[in-house]
Amino acid sequence: MSRMLSIAVASIALSSAAHAQGDCAAGKTLTDGKFTVATGNPAYYPWVLDDAPEKGEGFEAAVAFAVAEEMGFDASDVVWVRSSFDEAIQPGAKSFDVNIQQYSITPERDQVVDFSAPYYTAPMAVLVGANATGTEATLEALKGLQWGAVGSTTAVPKLAGVIQPDSDPLLYGDNADVNAAIIANQIDAALFDLPTALYLSAVVVEGSKVIGQFPADPDDNPDQFGMLLEEGNPLKTCIDAALASLSESGKLAAIEAKWLQDTTGVPLIR
Amino acid sequence: MPKLDLRGVVKQFGDHMVCNGIDLVVEEGQMVCLIGASGAGKSTLLRCINLLEPIEDGAIYLDGQDISVPGLNPQSVRARIGIVFQSFNLFPHMTALENVMLAPRRVRGQSRAQLLPEVKALFERFGLADRMNKYPDQLSGGQQQRVAIVRALAMKPEVMLFDEITSALDPQLVGEVLDVLLMLKGQGMTMVMATHEMGFARQAADKVCFLKDGRIVEEGPPQSIFETPTQDATQRFLARALK
Amino acid sequence: MPGPSTAGMTRRERYEAQQKRRSALIAATSTVTVVAALYFLVPLAPGWAKVQQSFFNGEVLIKTFPKLLDAFRINVMIFAWSAPAIAVLGLLIALARDAKSPALFPLRIFGAAFTDVFRGVPVILTVYLIGFGIPGLGLPRPWNSPYIWGSLALILTYSAYVAEIFRSGIDSVHHSQRAAALSLGLSERQVMRDVVLPQAIRNVVPSQMNMLIALQKDVSLLSFIGPVEIFRQAGVFKSLLANFTPYVGAAIIFLVVTIPATRYADHLMARQMRERR
Ligand SMILES: Nc1ncnc2c1ncn2[C@@H]1O[C@H](COP(=O)(O)OP(=O)(O)OP(=O)(O)O)[C@@H](O)[C@H]1O
Ligand SMILES: [Mg+2]
Repeated sequence: MSRMLSIAVASIALSSAAHAQGDCAAGKTLTDGKFTVATGNPAYYPWVLDDAPEKGEGFEAAVAFAVAEEMGFDASDVVWVRSSFDEAIQPGAKSFDVNIQQYSITPERDQVVDFSAPYYTAPMAVLVGANATGTEATLEALKGLQWGAVGSTTAVPKLAGVIQPDSDPLLYGDNADVNAAIIANQIDAALFDLPTALYLSAVVVEGSKVIGQFPADPDDNPDQFGMLLEEGNPLKTCIDAALASLSESGKLAAIEAKWLQDTTGVPLIR
Repeated sequence: MPKLDLRGVVKQFGDHMVCNGIDLVVEEGQMVCLIGASGAGKSTLLRCINLLEPIEDGAIYLDGQDISVPGLNPQSVRARIGIVFQSFNLFPHMTALENVMLAPRRVRGQSRAQLLPEVKALFERFGLADRMNKYPDQLSGGQQQRVAIVRALAMKPEVMLFDEITSALDPQLVGEVLDVLLMLKGQGMTMVMATHEMGFARQAADKVCFLKDGRIVEEGPPQSIFETPTQDATQRFLARALK
Repeated sequence: MPGPSTAGMTRRERYEAQQKRRSALIAATSTVTVVAALYFLVPLAPGWAKVQQSFFNGEVLIKTFPKLLDAFRINVMIFAWSAPAIAVLGLLIALARDAKSPALFPLRIFGAAFTDVFRGVPVILTVYLIGFGIPGLGLPRPWNSPYIWGSLALILTYSAYVAEIFRSGIDSVHHSQRAAALSLGLSERQVMRDVVLPQAIRNVVPSQMNMLIALQKDVSLLSFIGPVEIFRQAGVFKSLLANFTPYVGAAIIFLVVTIPATRYADHLMARQMRERR
């Protein structure tokens, strides 16, 4: 019955392509006619606002609803559950159709679970210490800062190639050391991928701020986030198709701009 | 007033009584020889006089002044009493000249230029004029020992102590060094020397003291000690030493 | 037949010359054999091509070497200002530990604690704690520079070791030298400065040379707190090019400096052994 209804609603709201998607998911979800989405407990800003994914606010919450819609589910058919990050990466049966909480797609993880196509490619972002929060998000202003980065990451060539700072950057072994250097005011700024930068500024480095982000660049060997599914879940093809169509139509980019640039206040660097 | 006056000097290393109540009077310009078996305490006694070893009991007077008072700054006393060791103890990183000049420069604050004439004269007097700029390891044993004597003399001491200064030398070098002592005696230097050179003691000493187990068993002019010793221990020692 | 030969050599000299030629021949033959075996056998190993590609890649070496050399200047710089500071501080600590006057008792305690602490803690920990910790107290730039505090960490650690070596040198000067100097009327301080220390320092030059060589390598630990010296620069190249050859290049640069220094230290050590005998 509910499935009939969802198809009916979808047929009114969406194109014929969406119709096909609706068919795609039929019978492949945990509960027929429902799309069960897991996220973190709690779920964090800016991925999910106020730890309330059902409201559809925050980047991942919005992506989940968009995908659901694309597959022909009604907003009310989206069921939210919670899962711990590590538990979900373990092999075995899952209590969700998809799990969305900033899972980076890695070959190791892909051995035991399935990932959707990436819904997000993390761009490089600039984290500055308390003394440099007033810096403008322009290349010109960034040149004058004392830079730091993790020596083994693509942040190093990015610094040398794009920012070309006036003084030699200091390089470190891992993120923790870069943070220590920011806290000690030995460097003004460091390059991280945006999710890391947001996390560091919110939780780790007191007084710091993410002042800008670069457009995502495949040369940066960026982290890509995918929805996590149980290994061999047939729903994967439907999710991938939905993401492809969202990306093609520009909706995915619009969601990203809304929740990861406008909401976070991290503008693109000019 | 005697130049040097030891009264009841006691020196112990732990339980070991090395000087066991030593009384000794040394008059100005006298040469006193200490003889006795190895371990009798001769070196230790000399080191006590020079304040290199603190004494447990008794007193040591230099020109009537008690120099053994605990707490007295030993530096001024040591500058007045020179000592020369069996093993020379020259400073190996300095030339002979630097060895000799070190103490006058540091203690009396004289400059090299000020010192050079008199030090040069000393080197010449001891037949070392051409050895002044050599390092100790470039000198023979006899030369090293003469440099050590010059080094002590450069401080213009009032008393000189010699601790078996010939026993590390080849026989032909011994004479070389003993001649130096005779020369000093001729100049009126007050001297105390521990020695195994019985012949020299007999010829040059004003007084000979025989030490045994930290005591002066017998003392007197060389003739009486060497020819008519009154104590059994002295006789036995000399019988062996003069053999 | 005994007696001098036509070459004017004694029988013994002739024998020794012959022995020498024989040893040289044997040494040369065995060296050539070993080197040849390595040269021909190693490339036969199944993984050689891969190892050569990622560790001994000539192209990568040529490309990265100038930059590595450039980064090595940072090592030299840090070394150049740390070494004299270590020598001075090490000597002061050694003297503090040997201080005899009761008024200087706190100094002695401090000296002992200092050497215990800084010899007991791994250098890298000291570099971290001082390099990030002290600037974290809120010093303004440039006074919070990792160059300053990282160098200080090296200086403190190495001073502790160097102090102990100086102390052993002071102990190695025979007490009769002290007695001789004291007997001349010199003060304790003068005895230490003019007689004991010059000999002590000379006695420990070879050991201190080894400390210098170790320091030259440990300068790289400063890379952990920011400065891009040769080790970090090699690491950046490694990540960038996915190739380990830059590390080999860095190792070559280190060896060019440390091998002569090591040989020189060994030479000094051997000479000292000969002199002692
Ligand atoms: N610093 C010391 N600590 C402990 N015992 C010592 C010390 N110096 C000397 N002695 C002991 O004191 C005793 C006397 O030694 P001393 O060197 O005065 O003898 P000596 O008469 O000079 O002998 P020699 O003719 O062999 O030089 C010896 O038994 C010696 O072992
Ligand atoms: Mg003796």
